[in-house]
Amino acid sequence: MIMEVLIPSSAEEICELLSQDNSRQLLAGGTDFMVEVNYRHRSPSSVIAIDRVPELRNWHHDGDSVVIGSCVTYREIERGPLATLVPALAQAARTVGSPQIRNAGTIGGNIGTASPAGDMIPVLSALGAEVSLRSSEGKREISLDDLIVGVKQTSLGQGEFIESVRVPVLESPQEFLKVGSRSAMVISVTSLALITYPKTQSVGIGLGAVNPRPTRARQAEEFIKDFLNWESMQVDPSGLDHFKELVSEASRPIDDHRSVAAYRRHSIGVLAQRALTRIFSERSPSG
Amino acid sequence: MTATETYKVGARSGVGVSSQRPDAVPKATGEFSFSSDLSSHNMLWGKTLRSPYPSARIRNIDYSEALAISGVHAILTASDVPGKNLFGLEHPDQPVLADDIVRYAGEPIALVAAEHPEIAADAISRIHVDFEVLNPLVDAESAVTADPIHPEGNVIRHLVIDYGDPTSSGDVTVEGTYEVGMQDQAFMGTESGMAVPSPDGSVDLYISTQWLHSDQKQIIEALNLPEDMVRLTLAGVGGAFGGREDVSMHVHLCMLALHTGRPVKMIYDRNESFLGHVHRHPAKIWYRHHANKDGLLVKVEGKIILDGGAYASTTSAVLANACCFSTGPYKVDNAQIEGWGVRTNNPPCGAMRGFGNVQTCFAIEAQMDKIASALDIDPVELRLKNALEPGDQIITGQEITGAAPVKEVISSLADHPMPEPAINDLLARPGGTGRTTDQKHVKRGVGFAVSIKNLMFAEGFDDSSEALCEVNDGSVAIHTACVEVGQGFVTLVHQIAEEILGVSDITVIPADTSIGSAGSTSASRQTWMSGGAVLKACEAVVVNLIEQIAEEEGVKYENLDGTLVSEDGTKTIPISEALRGRSFQEKVVHRHAPTFPLDEKGQGNAHVSFAFAAHRAVVDVDQELGLVRVVEIATSQDVGRILNPIQAVGQIEGGITQGLGLAVLEELVMKNGVIQNANFTDYLLPTALDTPPIEIASLIEEPEPGAPFGAKGIGEPPTISSTPAVVAAIRDATGLDLRRVPVRPEDIALE
Repeated sequence: MIMEVLIPSSAEEICELLSQDNSRQLLAGGTDFMVEVNYRHRSPSSVIAIDRVPELRNWHHDGDSVVIGSCVTYREIERGPLATLVPALAQAARTVGSPQIRNAGTIGGNIGTASPAGDMIPVLSALGAEVSLRSSEGKREISLDDLIVGVKQTSLGQGEFIESVRVPVLESPQEFLKVGSRSAMVISVTSLALITYPKTQSVGIGLGAVNPRPTRARQAEEFIKDFLNWESMQVDPSGLDHFKELVSEASRPIDDHRSVAAYRRHSIGVLAQRALTRIFSERSPSG
Repeated sequence: MTATETYKVGARSGVGVSSQRPDAVPKATGEFSFSSDLSSHNMLWGKTLRSPYPSARIRNIDYSEALAISGVHAILTASDVPGKNLFGLEHPDQPVLADDIVRYAGEPIALVAAEHPEIAADAISRIHVDFEVLNPLVDAESAVTADPIHPEGNVIRHLVIDYGDPTSSGDVTVEGTYEVGMQDQAFMGTESGMAVPSPDGSVDLYISTQWLHSDQKQIIEALNLPEDMVRLTLAGVGGAFGGREDVSMHVHLCMLALHTGRPVKMIYDRNESFLGHVHRHPAKIWYRHHANKDGLLVKVEGKIILDGGAYASTTSAVLANACCFSTGPYKVDNAQIEGWGVRTNNPPCGAMRGFGNVQTCFAIEAQMDKIASALDIDPVELRLKNALEPGDQIITGQEITGAAPVKEVISSLADHPMPEPAINDLLARPGGTGRTTDQKHVKRGVGFAVSIKNLMFAEGFDDSSEALCEVNDGSVAIHTACVEVGQGFVTLVHQIAEEILGVSDITVIPADTSIGSAGSTSASRQTWMSGGAVLKACEAVVVNLIEQIAEEEGVKYENLDGTLVSEDGTKTIPISEALRGRSFQEKVVHRHAPTFPLDEKGQGNAHVSFAFAAHRAVVDVDQELGLVRVVEIATSQDVGRILNPIQAVGQIEGGITQGLGLAVLEELVMKNGVIQNANFTDYLLPTALDTPPIEIASLIEEPEPGAPFGAKGIGEPPTISSTPAVVAAIRDATGLDLRRVPVRPEDIALE
């Protein structure tokens, strides 16, 4: 009945609080967690509100990458310098909830909640994001794809918390597209991030809301390589149909109250094609 | 010209100007006191245990563990209901608390009163109910012949309308089957209220509702108390749309308060609110329309099934509306209509804005477009050809004696300019913030729809409203039991009283049961009924004033537009001045012209008055993804006379948005009798980004005989034909049939 709320002021202190009792619930914005508390789906006796810890609220540019503290809000990601550095992440952040939700919700919270519909997930996956975890035992890095192991399940160890997430700064086109029945403030039916990697002349494709855990459309990424011209930024349209199919095949969607699997499978392919052709204009090699 | 540019809020009051509503600023600043803000010294919190199953037998309820929790003051079950354990808006068929059987998921079983809402919730989770889970009946069509799930049977009403010659036929026939999903009123303020017991065993209930006296009647039966021992006072209402017409927590609160001897308050959370009120009836509708080659309707055949859910609520009246207006605002000499309102183990359905007309209008207007397409006639032209006119009969044989400017409504809308082509903005396209759609994926479509709505209660119901006008030394107080749900009645009271009495110092006494019933704030009826009662009460004061002066001065005065003029014309005095130093108390009961029941062929003068509206929707559709963006909705509406322009526009904008919601977003998704999305995360209301500019092409002011100031009700028509207009526009853009609302992305993309 009584819920203790602890408000640490440093990452060090979070480690300490967790090492005292690793069953303590972390709160990083609370936009999912508090709904569950209000509906009595969860009633933890002790909560650590980590979202006021200054070092978790900061981000910094670190060489070729940017390190985003776990308690940076969607609002901060959505606009300003971060939006220029990682545009797809900003595009995804804009689709989350209402302005009030985006002012409270955080990137670390989105990762830790590990919902298949989490809007940050496909972008981070396509970016090959590395998540920095910390506990009183020390720090470790893990790829986002390995951290989220199932629907609302992570491989966080006892006493561990998400300190930050590292993503590359690419300065090349990125796209995030999301389907929902409503124009805004809607949980994802399907979403997709497409990141270009000019150095390796490849694309990264992250799928949202169609698999229990973060999924890259690896076969589609591999397949489309041969159809892309990185100088003219054009795509040979003869590859698009199969590319779409491969993306759809990488999805394992379900029927639920938000949509049906058949539509999710269809729309994820459409999103992939649209994301790709927004970046690479369609032109046959002869033309 | 947009709605807000058209009308400026006026400083003067009186009828016809946009006088500002007294609750406008408090609501905008958060100072308005809603029912959820009620509190009292020594107050307890109530909470309801509800069935998780749509159909089950209750074998045993063990609440000993819950009762033992410190801070829990009462746990009540069916056996604690002091009077009849049944209530119902039209007739009592629903248990206050389930006794041996639960018939829908969400049905109340037990009540808790505790010191704190958390303690109450904890207690609820520790009440152990032993259920024998039964197979729910969830299909409305099979309910007609299935084993009864209620002692009164599964068919709540079967209604036949047999009009004209059944053997007639036309040059073309078009046929279609249509479905309407379960929409919810989704008012912002969830159910809340507070009951305060008195030492004499009576109780005061402060509650957000739509009809205080209907509530009172049902509560006294359940409590087994005389009328004067259950007093109701309206608490601040956060929207209604039909969803507060039925009793929800009313009896529960009174029971807990009387049992504990302490004030008890309840607030439903959003989830419980979706379980705690009735919804719009899901419908399945089959039509065959016959027309001659010029496009004139010859005959309409229709079958309508409404899923009433577990209890009757207003199903009977909703079905009557669906059937009586099943041919729309069109003249047709022959009609064979059969309707069923049935009982299932789905959540109970009842009143919601549009009340039966919404469901059939969606199907009728699709059929009209099919006729237009079959005959290659312009859809607007086809509607004009068939539009009802004054003096025409509707299919119940009732003649339209009042204003019926259907053609004017249609023409004025058709003449309205179309919106500009799409602007180059990703957010403005289908998909919105999801950035899904480039301009090359967008197809634009236009749809047109027209509707008819009956105003006020029907089928012989003795419909009345009482008003008191009290004058004390020139200041005026008005009392009715009319519920302000946000529609602006309180503003209107000020306007009417000022119009008649010329006084601006007017107090509107809170609505309660110490005065006679005002009827429900529903059926687009309160301006006519309670507005009419206020008008009559004010007029009675003027009549008495003239008599008093005549007695005093020996001079007869006449009321000329708010000024008393002596017979010889030498003396004039404004009514407001003449009222100074005088006191009056005039109470009147206002009734509309009587209506009559329908006979066995569905014939009779069952309705009072009719209002018409037309909507034109422009949509952009991304067909490959099935995403829709409504670009604009334009409307013309038959309003009789506008008493407050900005409030009229408010009703129209809100109603259209609710109609848009049904067209493309709003549905309670059911799975085997259980609502899957009883929350605002997944019950999708239109956001600001989904709501297009609303253009008012014309408000047709043709005064309605018998209505105060000639004003027709305006609340419901905007919701009715906006839905089919949006869907027609999607059909226009995609070429798809689209026989079901709401239209979901998969309905478009996977076709």
